[in-house]
Formats: sequence, C-alpha cells, structure tokens
Amino acid sequence: MAKTTVLEFKPTKADPAIAICARYNNKPDQLIEILHDLQHDIGHVPEASLPVIAKALNLSRAEVYGVVTFYHDFHMTKQPKHVIKICAAEACQSMGARELIAMAEKLTKGKKVTLAKTYCLGLCASSPAMMVNEVPVARVDAKKLRATIGALT
Amino acid sequence: MIRIYVPRDSSAKAVGADEVATAIAREAKAQKISVQIIRNSSRGMAFAEPFVEVETAKGRVGYGPVAAADVKGLFKAQFQIGSKHRLSHGLVDDIPYLKNQERLTFARAGTTDPLSLDDYLAHGGFDGLKAALAMASADIVKEVTDSGLRGRGGAAFPTGIKWKTVHDTKAEQKYVCCNADEGDSGTFADRMVMEGDPFMLIEGMTIASIAGGATKGYVYIRSEYPDAIAVMKEAIGTLEKAKWLGSHIQGTEHSFTLEVRRGAGAYICGEETAMLESLEGKRGMVRAKPPIPALVGLFGKPTIINNVLSFAAVPFILAKGAKAYQDFGMGRSRGTLPFQLAGNIKRGGLVEKAFGISLRELINDFGGGTFSGKKVRAVQVGGPLGSYVPAEQLDMKMDYETFAANGAMVGHGGIVVFDTSVDMAAQARFAMEFCAIESCGKCTPCRIGSTRGAETIDKIVAGEDRAANVALLEDLCQTMTDGSLCAMGGLTPMPVMSALKYWPEDFGLKKKLKAAAE
Repeated sequence: MAKTTVLEFKPTKADPAIAICARYNNKPDQLIEILHDLQHDIGHVPEASLPVIAKALNLSRAEVYGVVTFYHDFHMTKQPKHVIKICAAEACQSMGARELIAMAEKLTKGKKVTLAKTYCLGLCASSPAMMVNEVPVARVDAKKLRATIGALT
Repeated sequence: MIRIYVPRDSSAKAVGADEVATAIAREAKAQKISVQIIRNSSRGMAFAEPFVEVETAKGRVGYGPVAAADVKGLFKAQFQIGSKHRLSHGLVDDIPYLKNQERLTFARAGTTDPLSLDDYLAHGGFDGLKAALAMASADIVKEVTDSGLRGRGGAAFPTGIKWKTVHDTKAEQKYVCCNADEGDSGTFADRMVMEGDPFMLIEGMTIASIAGGATKGYVYIRSEYPDAIAVMKEAIGTLEKAKWLGSHIQGTEHSFTLEVRRGAGAYICGEETAMLESLEGKRGMVRAKPPIPALVGLFGKPTIINNVLSFAAVPFILAKGAKAYQDFGMGRSRGTLPFQLAGNIKRGGLVEKAFGISLRELINDFGGGTFSGKKVRAVQVGGPLGSYVPAEQLDMKMDYETFAANGAMVGHGGIVVFDTSVDMAAQARFAMEFCAIESCGKCTPCRIGSTRGAETIDKIVAGEDRAANVALLEDLCQTMTDGSLCAMGGLTPMPVMSALKYWPEDFGLKKKLKAAAE
C-alpha cells in the first residue's frame, strides 16, 4: 500500500532565523531587517528558513516568499565568495560604465565572483563607481578594475 | 598639536580617504610631529576628494585630491603648517567653488565631525529645535508654510501644507517618516546629509514630530548606503543618551523616538507609498492615492513623509525664521537647493544655491564643463525620470515652474552631464529598461509598457517600420503618463520622449530643423 506523504515544515531548532526573529521581537514589520541579518550571517536566505520566519512573525509563507523575491538584495541560493556590483545608472553611463561592465565580465570569468549591476551608489560625482564586497570604490578605470579583480582570491 | 581633517564621507572613502588618514598618522609618527586627525564631513567637492585640510593660524588650508602616495611629499613640503604644494587649494574659505555657494542646509559641511554632539552644538545645532520646543505646534506649521519650503524629494509639494494636514487630523498615533531611499542616479545630497550632518536631519524630523503631533519616526535608508545607515544609527544612540531623543526631550512634554530601517535594493521604495509598505515589512507595492499618507499613512495612521533635504532645511527655518529662508529663490521656488553635479563633469560635487541659477552657470562656472573636455550634448536633470535637456537650453533657470513649462523637472536637484559621445537612443532605451527592472508591477502601463517600450525602441533603431513604431512609442508613452499609478511609470516617458524629440537622428530618424524641435 502506498504511503501518504504529508509535507511538514517543522523548523529545526538550529534554524538561525529563529534567534534573529526573536531579536526583533517577532514583529512582522521587521521582516526586511530580519532577512538582511539572516543573509548577512549565512550568505543567503535559505528556502527552509521561510516557513520558520513565517511562523515566528505570524505571516503566511507566501507573504515571506513574496518579500524575499521582491527585493533585489535577497538571494535564496548560496552566492560566490565575492560580490562586485557595478553601477549601471545614468551618471556612471556618462563616464563609460557600459564599457567597464563589459570588461569586468571578461575579467571575472572563471573566478568565484558574482558580478551584478546596481543602480546608483550615490557616488555620481566620482563616476564610474562600484561596490566590492560592500566597500564602495569610485573613479574606477580599467587599471583600478583589473587590480581590484586581481586581488580577489 | 596640528589638526588635520580627512573626510569620512563615502565619496572620499571610495577614493582612498582611509588609506590617506592612515598614511598621515604613520608619517607624522615617523617624523615625531604631533597631529590630531579628525574625520570630518565632506565639503562636497567630490572632484578634490580625498580633500585633506590643515588648521593654520589663517584658517584651514586644503589639499586634494590626495593619494596615500602623496603624503610623504606633503610632509616634505610642510603641509602641516599650510605650505605650498601642487595639490594645495589654498585657504578653504577662499575657494571659489565654496565661496560662491549659498549654503543654508550644508552650512556645516566639511567643518565638523559628523558624530560629535559638542561640535554640532557649537555650530548652531539644535537652535531650531530649541525654538520649536517653545512654540505651539500650529505656529511651527505656519513658520514652515511661510518659508515656502517645497518637498525636496522631487514632487515639490509645499511642506507646510502637508504638515498642516497631519496636524489637523486627530489620531491616537501619528508618524514621521524620512524618505532616504535616494535612488535617483546623479543624486547624493541625502547621503551627504546622513553621513555628514546626521543630527541636523534628526533635528528636522523632531521639529516635524512636534508640528504634527507624532511620537514615533522612521528613517528609511537604502541598503546601497551602508555608511549612512551606520552613522544615522550611531547618531540616534548619541541623541538618546543626551535626551535630544526619546521621552521628554530636554525635560519638555514632547517625546519622540526614531528608528532606522534598511531598504533592500528596490528603487520603487523611494515612492512614498511603496516606502510605507516596505516599512511595514511588505513588498514595496505602490498604494493607490487617495487616501494620502498625511491622512492614512504608515500602519494606517496619519504620517508626515518628507525627503531628507526637506527635513534638513527645517532647523534653519526655525532658527532663523521663515523670512530668512524665503529671501532666497525665485518665483514660487523659495530657498536654496543643494544641486548635485554628476556624470561627465570636471568638477562634480555638491553646489547649494538659491533657485534661479541657470544650468549653464552650474555646469560651466561650478562644474568646469565636461570631464572629457568634449562639448556637452545632453543633461539629465531630476534623476532617471527626468527629461534630457539639450545643450541649447542650458540657460534655463533652475526653478520648478520654469522647468515644468519646458517639459522638464528639477526633481531632487541631480544634474547628470553627457558629452557628445552619448547615444541618446540607448539612453531612451535604458529609461524603459530601468522601469521594467524596477517597476513594482501593480499597474499595467508601467509593468508591461516599459518592456514593450524597450522593444519598440529597438525596432525603431533597427529600422523596422520606423514611422509606425514611432507613433506606437508615442502612444505608449501617453498611456504610461496618463494611466500609471505613480511617478515611476508616469514619468519614464519624460527621458524617452525628450530623447526622441531633441535627438531623432540617434534613432535613425531625420533630424528636425532646430526651430521645429523647440
């Protein structure tokens, strides 16, 4: 006889989201802060944590999933060690951002680097700009880009 | 002891200010020169960052842009006593870029340590709040209304009227929210306020809380600004300890608590109702208006929402009076606007001037023309949703009404300069592409129109049935303008249509006669 399988979302006690939610008093309006902290701690927002967070904040899983997928910052899969975000917005475009991004795509090939476009880092008077592992870098030229990517191991 | 200032603003750090500060400390130690390094706010001369200042008997002397490798040479030239060096700008107070500005909001920029409360108090800090604490809330509202201050986030709605609506609405709980989701390319003044003068923003918000009868506030800061987030959090902690925030501020009846909330990389959350959704922990989906947030805002309660620069202008108004602010400006655009010179420009940075200055004065006199040395071809004013202004119109005065009459907008005061190498069809396409990436998806004209718009521009550029596709694009833009819920879809046609109007040749179309184009 075929066994009926029931999907269960029992949070394991070890789920790091539990402590983070508790730190924010399990308040649903703190969801984005919670997701930021979780991603900061473990590098991404694992799918397994979504029902855990939903339960803690008294939200539906769909609501939590909706928020995670709405915001560009959050990832549900593990990310490579390094993240380079190059500004692709107008001010940086006027200073060659398109060419810089094309160059970075070549330079990062085969490296453990996520290359992403971002839209404005607020460094528009020192364009083009990028963010390397959360550190802003401005007045980027080919030389600086090559040195920065070369230094990532 | 010699005082040396190295800015902590991210526009300075992103070009090596931390390394410069370390190098100065190291070299001073090696030469047994006693120095105190102060991490001040930025003067706003981004082109000269890292801009190092040395305190001398005559005043501060500035050097920039300083690289860590220049530090040995600077000591050799005795910069610590203000001596000449190829990087010297002379006395900071005499630098034309700064001297020719009218700084009301950015009066302290570069002079103080952003997180020193003593510094803030010594430079006029809390004069506005002290005045407000002794006033009736209705009088505060009147003062702000009389100043003529209009929303600096871009919509230019009179701040006093917004505050009056919240003031007049009865509710158990009201809120003050600061929109610090400064996502427009070419703008960085909000970031500079938060990183460089955080107490001023908090002071402005606290005054708003008294005016509106609110006890709780939020600052919604985009995650792309990690330094601003850190500085604001520390500043709030400092003011709580010093009783400038929290219950019974300075022993008065008024209580106000403030919290920083991070954005998560969604441009749309700069739209006020999407920001409210985000503050409630939800997807940043735009709300239909009415009801306006002043009546039904955060958690359904009356809420004052203003941009960083609007709140930051308030302490001056309360300290010096509405008239002192009102005296600056032209027409119905009163006061000053911190303009932000960005993109392909030689001397990019922050220029605070009264309304009425022309684009040409800003770009040429302050900015020194393009960075590349080529001619200016287009200038985008007011962020990604602002029109591209052709070089022939640079004499246009920076004034909300003048810009609106010319189909453009002042917005948040961001000015992005492009030289002759720019492809305006690519810029128009980007406007649609950006809208497609960042649309919240709630309304159809924005969600679908943006993608169709990008496709249609591709077809025009590729020469596919040009006349019909241009007509289609124009019709689509009209639909987006008329039918979108918010400014994202509603204003994306501005850069698109201005590019098509002034630079048809970039789309493969016949160049219109100049007279016809204007």
